[in-house]
Amino acid sequence: MTNSLQETEKSDIIFVIGTNTTWNHPVFGGMVKKAVKRKGVKLIVVDPRDIDLAKCANLHLKQRPGSDSAVLMGLQHIIVKENWYNKAFVDERTEGWDDYVKSLEFYTPEKVEELSGISKQLLIDAAKLYATSGRGALYYAMGITQHTHGVDNVKACSNLQMILGNFGLEGTGVNPLRGQNNVQGACDMGALPNVFTGYQPVTVEENRKKFADAWGVKVENMDDKVGQTVTTMVNNAGDSIKAIYIMGENPMMSDPNLHHAEEQFKKLDFLVVQDIFMTETAQIADVVLPACAFAEKTGTFVNTERRVQISNKALNQPGIAKNDFGIIVELAKRMGCDTFPETPETLFEEMRQLTPSYKGMTYERLEKECGLRWPCPTEDHPGTPILHVGKFSRGKGLLVPIEYRAPEEVISKEYPIWLTTGRLLQHYHTGSMTRRSKVLNGLVPYAKVEINVVDAKKLKIKDGEKVKVSSRRGSIEIHAEVTKKIQEGIVFIPFHFVEAAANQLTNDALDPIAKIPEYKVCAVKIEKIADCC
Amino acid sequence: MENTLKITINGKVYDSSPGKTVLDIARANNVYIPTLCYHPRTGKAGKCRACLVEIEGFRGLKESCALEAKDGMIIKTDTEQIKQVRKMIVELHLSNGEHNCIACEKNGHCELQDMAYHCGIERPGFPEYHETIPLDDSAEGIIRDHNKCIECGRCVTACNNNVMHEVLDFGWRSGHTKVICDNDLPMGESSCVQCGECVQVCPVGALTFKNAKGKGPYWELEKKKTICTYCGVGCSIDMYVKDNKWVYSMGTEENWEKQTNKGMLCVKGRFGMDFLDREDRLTTPLIKKNGKFVEASWDEALNLVSSKLGETKAKYGAGSIGFFTSARTSNEDNYAMMRFARGVIGTNNVDHCARL
Repeated sequence: MTNSLQETEKSDIIFVIGTNTTWNHPVFGGMVKKAVKRKGVKLIVVDPRDIDLAKCANLHLKQRPGSDSAVLMGLQHIIVKENWYNKAFVDERTEGWDDYVKSLEFYTPEKVEELSGISKQLLIDAAKLYATSGRGALYYAMGITQHTHGVDNVKACSNLQMILGNFGLEGTGVNPLRGQNNVQGACDMGALPNVFTGYQPVTVEENRKKFADAWGVKVENMDDKVGQTVTTMVNNAGDSIKAIYIMGENPMMSDPNLHHAEEQFKKLDFLVVQDIFMTETAQIADVVLPACAFAEKTGTFVNTERRVQISNKALNQPGIAKNDFGIIVELAKRMGCDTFPETPETLFEEMRQLTPSYKGMTYERLEKECGLRWPCPTEDHPGTPILHVGKFSRGKGLLVPIEYRAPEEVISKEYPIWLTTGRLLQHYHTGSMTRRSKVLNGLVPYAKVEINVVDAKKLKIKDGEKVKVSSRRGSIEIHAEVTKKIQEGIVFIPFHFVEAAANQLTNDALDPIAKIPEYKVCAVKIEKIADCC
Repeated sequence: MENTLKITINGKVYDSSPGKTVLDIARANNVYIPTLCYHPRTGKAGKCRACLVEIEGFRGLKESCALEAKDGMIIKTDTEQIKQVRKMIVELHLSNGEHNCIACEKNGHCELQDMAYHCGIERPGFPEYHETIPLDDSAEGIIRDHNKCIECGRCVTACNNNVMHEVLDFGWRSGHTKVICDNDLPMGESSCVQCGECVQVCPVGALTFKNAKGKGPYWELEKKKTICTYCGVGCSIDMYVKDNKWVYSMGTEENWEKQTNKGMLCVKGRFGMDFLDREDRLTTPLIKKNGKFVEASWDEALNLVSSKLGETKAKYGAGSIGFFTSARTSNEDNYAMMRFARGVIGTNNVDHCARL
């Protein structure tokens, strides 16, 4: 996030796209609701479903899955044409205007209506409301990124905020809501194929030297090329990748094409899985290492607003399980490296000395100041709640032309219904924790596919009955929830349930740059399961 | 803000910044003033009158939760009159309901019990006068006991103004007034999402957690501050634990204004922690032999991993090994694995499932 979670009430208007906030980030969803319902902040929701926030929105734009970039660029088309944009900001702080404006020509309200199903008038109303209401904050989540054109969607979001001057001020910004508790931290820590901690590129020799020196290894032994991403490693299993070590992930359940993932993992010479449960992935491993859960160790986590916070050890580990880092330290020793720091605090200390944006953070400060937001370069720096104040980190903000691309898979005669996937309020990700919780699994014990009343009537499907949902990749049996909350021609399936795994159906086509799979759109068909007896 | 005003409480002078209530200043200086309807996160309600104080130059007693402190105020919190009034408030509550502490989950940190203790009420002075309302245990996570409710309204405010679920309200009239869910549905059938905010602010035992029942009285629990792992908001959770087991979760109240979650939690952070204590947790390293997992020591398992990774690197090069770290584990875990991949193995094939 460029801005912070506490700023909802400082916005004049909030723009929510591709996030069912009250289910996926419930506490923050409540803050948005409060800003709107109690403090008079305006709200525009762009989502194919009647999500909770849509109930209190000034406008709700129900797009067809996969048409987000068209909607975003369409709004910008109108804003530029009507001269509602912030000319001073565009002149002073951005570049690339000409190419960008040229690419907007395509997105006429008529064209966007055709692509997204949102009426021309509603698009114009939304553009006007958003552009003329004052400070606007844009929030998005995986509904924007999990597409084959996810990167385009994100760029379209930042274009919109730039032409309105919505950067560097309280209550503005481009604000992705991270779905996992430490996605931001994993990225910050350089758990990415191209960068060390704090986004220092591995391809820069100076960086390699700095890390090699600190770790006591020879710089010649460091890899100077960008590595492979998770998705390409899975695809190359058995070929260029022979062994994989997985810490705390369950790609067998979260991979976009489960059959494919299983086949690929089985091609490996050696698979190690380090986890807290015998997950689907752990079952096919050669070695399984038992790890501590978050409450069984001390460590830091980074939330979606870049705030680094300490979580303390509350419980002892079960059996002889070990901390994730402790296992790696032991392994490093066996492989001839004895320079590893051995406690969370000393690991953090080593890391911050190598990472300019973390340099001013200490465990003591993090505890005392309820966390710190990076960049925090010195020990007397208060941290940075808002990025890009007065200047973008790259200098001028780049307005990016965007060429419209449809989703990789579109509906057809055989697969006539759009499928979109996501989470429920009561469950989390692959369900390995929440399905083991008495209360949470008691609240929602099984999966349901949300289907519109009209579609259900056509297919003679009653609320609660079991149906078969199939895509080109697989099929599942699942209970139907007949509802008006979803548009005709679209169904929604949560991906928490192994017995009705949505990812049996989803498309593993990737965004060409981010390599993110297109979980949010594919084509399916729905069949009634013939009554037995 | 600067300390620009001075007030006197029970003969002692206290400095404070402006804009604070008399109650704020008293609490900040450990002067006991009870409250039932006031909670820092639901604000002043001015209903219960438990926090009455005497102020020189003012007529009658004043509610300290709603009274802004002014320079030079001279305040008394422990006059005979105040003690009498407080005692009467507690006596009336005790007569109107079933305030039986013996097996109550709130025993030991009940604000009404505290008040009764401070007032020295060993036996209620009035006969009990109430109709018994059946327990509402229809919900998955929360038990409602109307007979212990003192109608302070904290839960109603918290539900409608903090977490914004807008489920709870006061229903019915006069003597029949009670807190209801939606149009007086049992909680389990209502639109309540079980975030548990109402339980967290309840001063008495009217709202309690089902999962905590019988797991240990308050004074046997230990409080540990952790960060929730269920999404990117990073809510601060005070975990209450006993005998190495999670009992219940509360949003961190200490410094709540500075916390990302401002003391609130969602249903997952509140109730989703029992996975920690499940029997199917992995407790020992496992090595697959002839298609079956066999328990192993750390030495065996780690030696095997290290020799296999070493062999693979020797045969196919460092680039043939891949590492998946996790967006669920800590920075320290991720840093360690990144350092291992790059510094020990020598590959940049390190990534995590942020995209999935």
